[in-house]
Amino acid sequence: MTAQRETVKPLDGVNVLDFCWVAVGPMTTKYLGEYGATVVRVESVKRPGTLRRAAPFKDGVSGINRSAYFASYNANKMGITVDMRHPRARELMLRMAKWAHLVTENFTPGTMESWGLGFDQLKQENPGIVMFSTSMMGRGGPMEKQPGFGPVLSSLVGLTNLTGWPDRDPVNPYGAYTDFIVPRFAVAAILAGLDRRRRTGEGIHIDMSQLETTLHFSAPVLLDYAVNGREQVRAGNRDPGAAPHGVFPCAGDDRWIALGCFSDAHWEGLQRTISQDGTGWPYNPDFATLLGRKANEDELEQLLSTWTSSWDVGALMETLQSSGVPAGMVNDCRDLFDDAQLRHRGHFQWLDHQEIGPYATDCSEMVLSLSPGSLDTPAPLLGEHNSHVLKDLIGLTDDEYKSLEDEGVLE
Amino acid sequence: MSGDPTGIDFLLAPYRVLDLTDERGILAGKILADLGADVIQIEPPGGSPARNIGPFHGDDPLPEKSLFWWAYAANKRSITLDLEQKDGRALMEKLVAEADFLLESFSPGYLEGLGLTYKRLAEINPKLVMVSITPFGQDGPYSNYQATDIVGMALGGFMYLTGDDDRAPVRISFPQFYLHGGAAGATAAMLAHTHRMIAGQGQYVDVSCQQAVAKTLAHAPQIWDIEGAILKRQGVYRQTSGENRVRINWPCKDGYVNYMVQGGTVAYSTRALLGWMGEDGLDTADLNAIDWEEMGYGAITPELMAQLGGPLGDFFKGHTRAELVQGSLDRRILLFPVATPAALQGHPQLEARGYFKELDHPELGVAVQYPGAFIKSGDGVDIAGLYRRPPLIGEHNLEIYQEEIGLSRAEIESLKRGGVI
Repeated sequence: MTAQRETVKPLDGVNVLDFCWVAVGPMTTKYLGEYGATVVRVESVKRPGTLRRAAPFKDGVSGINRSAYFASYNANKMGITVDMRHPRARELMLRMAKWAHLVTENFTPGTMESWGLGFDQLKQENPGIVMFSTSMMGRGGPMEKQPGFGPVLSSLVGLTNLTGWPDRDPVNPYGAYTDFIVPRFAVAAILAGLDRRRRTGEGIHIDMSQLETTLHFSAPVLLDYAVNGREQVRAGNRDPGAAPHGVFPCAGDDRWIALGCFSDAHWEGLQRTISQDGTGWPYNPDFATLLGRKANEDELEQLLSTWTSSWDVGALMETLQSSGVPAGMVNDCRDLFDDAQLRHRGHFQWLDHQEIGPYATDCSEMVLSLSPGSLDTPAPLLGEHNSHVLKDLIGLTDDEYKSLEDEGVLE
Repeated sequence: MSGDPTGIDFLLAPYRVLDLTDERGILAGKILADLGADVIQIEPPGGSPARNIGPFHGDDPLPEKSLFWWAYAANKRSITLDLEQKDGRALMEKLVAEADFLLESFSPGYLEGLGLTYKRLAEINPKLVMVSITPFGQDGPYSNYQATDIVGMALGGFMYLTGDDDRAPVRISFPQFYLHGGAAGATAAMLAHTHRMIAGQGQYVDVSCQQAVAKTLAHAPQIWDIEGAILKRQGVYRQTSGENRVRINWPCKDGYVNYMVQGGTVAYSTRALLGWMGEDGLDTADLNAIDWEEMGYGAITPELMAQLGGPLGDFFKGHTRAELVQGSLDRRILLFPVATPAALQGHPQLEARGYFKELDHPELGVAVQYPGAFIKSGDGVDIAGLYRRPPLIGEHNLEIYQEEIGLSRAEIESLKRGGVI
């Protein structure tokens, strides 16, 4: 695994045969690509991945290469198109498995085996192969084949039950929330697997249940039930250790400030901002202590909302922060692109895609001082790298390549 | 560099992690510990602030009974150390000399103020990987901002998209902001480690929790970038594109279920549900006539959703959660329960995979079911797991300061009296 670029990246020289699709897998392998791995996505023309068919599309016109959703999660990857049901697909994939250090997939368990590409078969071809499989429920067990998607897994894992107002139905944490929790655990595990391979020469099969992984994002809630028999439920924006604690309206349409007072210092900072002695609003002397504020939280929230609603949200955030009060504007997606800190970090980066044109994708949330990641190439067009990957990387001859093309192994 | 006293041989068994984080980064070390690293949580004398976070065992708010601590410190060892004293820093440098990773989540500039910069620590151990986890990163306009969970979830863009559309945005009631940063810290540590194995050199890594949250937004940023539209929160619905949204949470007879009607590659699920509704005697002819197979992901219009809402809602309300879940499993329908902690405790799949792991707390006379490892091996090799109950405050002081660092009993006594450990 030697460096091939001027800028050394941690995963330079690591070859990834990537069967991942939808979001959780592609976000995982996007990190690998960002940090130097050569990631080749295996796709199908007959059954193109969900995200290729997902909005937003360039100019609102759908097309297999026009989804910015797909494009964002598949930067720095190459793509080939293979008919996995073709009798010769297996032979080609096994040849690629010899090239690969890592095979990744997030199909329903059993899918890779049905193609003759289970871990045992890959290992015969390449004893050092690391295989990463992630599925909703993990391999084995009565529900291993339960199909599903991240948007519903947040319910299954109990996070939906913890989100929303106590007087209303629970709501879903935005989007396919668990899909974006799992990848960091996944990358850590994959790199630990590759490390073991480096030390021992042995391949390994990592099996990750997205349910089991995501439960670590609410583990104390599970312990509370296991130990105390308590079932925690949604509490809106309140927090047992703070008051006020919530989201309050600001001037304009759907503008909000989030703030929380966990200490006297926070509370005094808020009071100082309102006025030196809190008299800028109908002040209740009971508010002087946390317990007093908790006991009168409805009234406190109402008064505070009246005060915040005349503020510009950005000015209020800066003012409160300068008084030592934890406060932040509720950023919408336009705000994110203007957010001074995210801009400072270079969170969004634009790549130029052949059919979409310039599009935004997000960089990783870590800056490595010596070997930083970078996103350099846009997501592949469907089948864009068939020739390059199979001839230049795998070493197929022109004749071999042509026969795969002619027989429809390559789509 | 370290031998794990338990003889565990998981993926990261050869490596030692010094974990200076509090609740703002505690998950990073937990992930590495579950993968087998020897993670030493370094607490200030008196204990980590993470021990003040409830709930508590028996609702007794003591530092040894914090369930937050239990959840994220299991598998770790604990020593105490006061970094603000010279002796504490000298000990820290001795520990760094033998460590592979250092994780920390102090406010930017705090360690620098104590002279514990990466530059200084790398002079002691050039292979050290140091990871800092902070709300916004080490520098930039917000780097000194005060952040709590709700502030971070707001600035990361998550809250605007979550909650009922006629009320304020909501957070997830169990704090998530620092968990995202903590998980990213583990990823970051392993990336830098991988580089160290090639280049023979450690490095410093700066993780931003705000960015980690902003990476949970799926295609919402692209919808602004490409369409100039701002996605809004949709309560029990899920916005799929432009004006289009689908209902995802549905009341049933005895709780809630989660079902998202979709076409395209998962049209089979919609067809199967319509089939089941037909078995119940509901008229689904109009709905079955729709070309689900050719429908793209965000293509369900408000009109179509309105047409679907009545019959689907009636169907769900006529069945219990258990009936709907089992029936969907039998028919390959993408429907899930809105789970409660009780349902998770007895979950058949988690039980079959042996997910929950019992750890003894002999001091309290209890055995507790913990969430287990987040990976298994598909081929029977032990690669990760839960094997050690969360440490008491400074439980491993003697083991580490005496047996590993080589301090004498008298020196340890002095440090204890001096409030260093």
